[in-house]
Amino acid sequence: MDERVRRRARVDGIVQGVGFRPFVHSLATRFGLSGHVGNDVHGVFLEVEGEPAAVECFLDSLTEKSPPLAVIESMAVEELSAQGGDSFEIVVSDAAGTRETLVPADSATCADCLHEMSDPADRRFGYPFINCTNCGPRFTIVRDIPYDRPLTTMAAFAMCARCESEYHDPADRRFHAQPVCCPNCGPRLRLRDADGLPLAGDPLTGVVAALGRGEVAAIKGLGGYHLAVDATHQDATATLRKRKHREDKPFAIMVADVDRARSLCVVDETEQALLTSPRRPIVLLRTRPDTALAAAVAPGNHELGVMLPYTPLHQLLLRRFGAPIVLTSGNVSDEPIAYSDDDALARLSGIADVFLSHDRAIHLRTDDSVVRAFRGRERLVRRSRGYVPQPVTLAWDFPRQVLACGAELKNTFCVTKQHHAVVSHHIGDLENHETLTAFTDGIEHFRRLFEVDPRIVAHDLHPEYLSTKYALDRDGVELVGVQHHHAHIAACLADSAESGPVIGVAFDGLGYGTDGTLWGGEFLLADLVDFRRLAHLEPVPMPGASTAIRQPWRMAVAHLLSAYGQHPQEDLDLLRRNEQQWPTVAEMATRGINAPLTSSAGRLFDAAAAILGMRNTVTFEGQAAIELEQAADRDEPASYPVAVTGGAEPLRVQGADLIRAVTEDLRAGATPAVISARFHNGVADMISEVCTSLREATGVSTVALSGGVFQNVLLLERATARLEARGFRVLLHARVPANDGGISLGQAVIAGARDRIAR
Amino acid sequence: LAHGAGGKATQTLIEAIFLERFRNPLLERLEDGAEFAVDRSRLALTTDSFVVSPLFFPGGDIGDLAVNGTVNDLAVSGATPLYLSAGFIIEEGFPVADLKRIVESMAAAARSAGVQVVTGDTKVVQKGKADGCYINTTGVGVVETEHRLGIDTARPGDSVLVSGPIGDHGVTVMLARGELDIDADLTSDTAAVSGLTAELLRSVPGVRAMRDATRGGVATILNEVATAAEAAVVVDEDRLPVRTEVRGASELLGIDPLYVACEGRIVVIVDGEQTDAALSALRAHPLGADADVIGRVGEDPPGLVLLNTAFGGTRIVDLLVGDPLPRIC
Ligand SMILES: [Fe+3]
Ligand SMILES: [Mg+2]
Ligand SMILES: [Zn+2]
Ligand SMILES: [Zn+2]
Repeated sequence: MDERVRRRARVDGIVQGVGFRPFVHSLATRFGLSGHVGNDVHGVFLEVEGEPAAVECFLDSLTEKSPPLAVIESMAVEELSAQGGDSFEIVVSDAAGTRETLVPADSATCADCLHEMSDPADRRFGYPFINCTNCGPRFTIVRDIPYDRPLTTMAAFAMCARCESEYHDPADRRFHAQPVCCPNCGPRLRLRDADGLPLAGDPLTGVVAALGRGEVAAIKGLGGYHLAVDATHQDATATLRKRKHREDKPFAIMVADVDRARSLCVVDETEQALLTSPRRPIVLLRTRPDTALAAAVAPGNHELGVMLPYTPLHQLLLRRFGAPIVLTSGNVSDEPIAYSDDDALARLSGIADVFLSHDRAIHLRTDDSVVRAFRGRERLVRRSRGYVPQPVTLAWDFPRQVLACGAELKNTFCVTKQHHAVVSHHIGDLENHETLTAFTDGIEHFRRLFEVDPRIVAHDLHPEYLSTKYALDRDGVELVGVQHHHAHIAACLADSAESGPVIGVAFDGLGYGTDGTLWGGEFLLADLVDFRRLAHLEPVPMPGASTAIRQPWRMAVAHLLSAYGQHPQEDLDLLRRNEQQWPTVAEMATRGINAPLTSSAGRLFDAAAAILGMRNTVTFEGQAAIELEQAADRDEPASYPVAVTGGAEPLRVQGADLIRAVTEDLRAGATPAVISARFHNGVADMISEVCTSLREATGVSTVALSGGVFQNVLLLERATARLEARGFRVLLHARVPANDGGISLGQAVIAGARDRIAR
Repeated sequence: LAHGAGGKATQTLIEAIFLERFRNPLLERLEDGAEFAVDRSRLALTTDSFVVSPLFFPGGDIGDLAVNGTVNDLAVSGATPLYLSAGFIIEEGFPVADLKRIVESMAAAARSAGVQVVTGDTKVVQKGKADGCYINTTGVGVVETEHRLGIDTARPGDSVLVSGPIGDHGVTVMLARGELDIDADLTSDTAAVSGLTAELLRSVPGVRAMRDATRGGVATILNEVATAAEAAVVVDEDRLPVRTEVRGASELLGIDPLYVACEGRIVVIVDGEQTDAALSALRAHPLGADADVIGRVGEDPPGLVLLNTAFGGTRIVDLLVGDPLPRIC
């Protein structure tokens, strides 16, 4: 016999439920190796034996050619002595012990399945629930682990003989694909009318006809119900807006393929890769002028959220319907998306004309993820379906498990275990009961799924956040309060696999400061443990508190007062438009009547937008700032200068300079496009000026940019370029959002880092 | 010490400092007043201190507030108010004419509430040590009703009523400070509700609890009910009686009428079966002419107050920890 070697390997990461064992089996067979492969609670274990060269090639291919949904975090290989044998086997799972393996995220239908679905000779021809080990529902159908069919919502479907044999055949693409099914044994579509009564005929044909008539269809997807209308139908899109009580916030659309996306929007290479990735997020794209889309899809917006079909059902629907469809979350206003059939019928009955549903239950509600491309990279805006529950992997272990409760709006929570921080799906705004329930139930689900029992609970400092109150209600845990903007910067550090110290620029709407005022235009010297507030925007009052957020013109009044003192700028259109109210609002600002102070950068953008007359009131978060950004003339090079005052820490940055410059330029007849550009350039200059002066003081030359304001691509672009030109290394968000969706990760790593030094 | 808006901060303070040291079965209930037996009578005792700026405002002044506030605490506990004490802390240099005016309105309020001020005390403190004039009143009443009142007796199926439009007092006082140029035809709702509560208790056996919605407003009362009863309280936004003037001023000021103080409005929890009877009883009285059903007690979610918004959503009406600060990022 030739010389034979034997190796044992342990593979950790997302390696279960993604076709890893059949992949190992076919690879080993191809190289003529003997041995075995199996799953246990730690991941995948395997032994191979054969000629040395073949074993080496096998081990290389293992990481290089792993299945699309697998994520290999580590592989440990050890040498054994050869034992002989000539077969390669898949051994049975061992479910004992603790659960350290990771549940995979949901994944878009793979090319093989699409091919079968389109093949009239295939037994799954036209079947809307086709899937395999390389694709299909995962996280949304898992009730508990280990990830096996009986613990998913597919347990309700007994496999037919043919599916069963595919499921048990190591050579089959459906080997141990938990949701495997076919038209004989799997879920079925059904169509109901607005009252929930079944409609006769083929459900897909029925819903296509309804969309064609301009009706609103509720469609059960992977993570919940969507509301759909023909996106080229003026009346249908307007009706949907009215029924959903959604005034201006853009709708996302789904198109059949990249070419269709390209006919509506500009799509570069990165964006094409994002559109077609198995995660299938909504990709924010720049719209082309004069398309067939109805005006109500994204009123006044130059950007459109576009996604491609990610389930076989969506594939079939888009193939049949042809035109792009609006696909927006199935809810009223800001409530969470409906995901159970009864709930959908009850909550959406006043909105949808027909319900396209099916009998595969969704266990966990997840919204569509939203991403954009920036500098050739994916940047998450909303991280949910397709991404969750893939963990953020850190270079260090959490000494104790942490639960981080996140912020109030765009809430996510985060649990940690070993070196993993698992950020939850997008929960939403914690202001109604449904969202709060999704938050508390979600935490319980994660406890089971990841077998964690966190004794450290991290929370925001804002006493009125429902997530803070939830944390404070926990018994027998160690509470760690984390300042909001420190959490933003720590999230950016963890996202970039760094630990600081950095100059953290945290610009957002607002967050509770350690001094009890509202912060939001912050320059922090920060690492994962602590921070110092080195500089911030000069605080201004918010006359009417939350009302000043919904009514940016109030922030304009406050900023004008701070820029010009007591003299109201009566020649401004802004004041003429709000003639009735502004004297009172100005009084409130001056006397501090229900006018808390804030150093918010977001509110500065609101004020600028309002002074330019873009918008007096907003109907969704960030609306004024988004419109300001979109108005900017990108070729305008000039910039407004900003003074930084006070030698003592913290430095105070005079946002009033920008407000005065905006106002004077407006008086001088400059266009909003030019003013907006100069304003953006001014903020970018200010950021780089302040960072430069802080670098002199601290010696720190890395900057982290975080907070919702940095979703403004124009600002992000300009600020990053200026900082880099001055020799800074700039850390940006990619895997978690810069907005409050990233707060829970920041809280978690801060709590973990503090726990590490305390030991 | 933070300035208390009557929310969770105050509640925590009370429990940590006072309850801890004074602990006894009567205090432990943390009701607005205490009820105890003396011989064959059941008596109710309550006390309240009054601080308001300005001292005089449309519809009232600190004097009638001081009488009505204590009378109302007795009334909602089911007692018939009888006697009051009055303690004054007066800043040096306070105009005697103003003091006269305050005392006269106290006397008038006492007369119309059917109570007598039977003892009192006056202290004058140095200039700058008090904001004009503070008043403390203590009241004694007799409990003759058979009702076992208490917010912990609320149960799913019960109805929630208010005796009239909410927020009038708080908004009136805010505007009366004269700092803002807002024209609103508004007066405080300050009034003694003892007649109203007596009428209600006499004719509706299913009354479970009554509360006067003072500091922290109706929202705070509803949260107390939800917590005590371990039940949900669900209110409908479009059924909340709010005067147009109050709504307008609240919008301008950025405040929520649900959290604004009233001084003559009560929240009533009544057996759902007797909703109509309670509504008629309230409406039969001049102080309850604009009474309405605003919601109900439900099972789920226990301990929370939910508001069904005008466009079909729900919002959690939370107990505020301190001064309300925006939460939007
Ligand atoms: Fe934030
Ligand atoms: Mg009292
Ligand atoms: Zn597949
Ligand atoms: Zn089958």
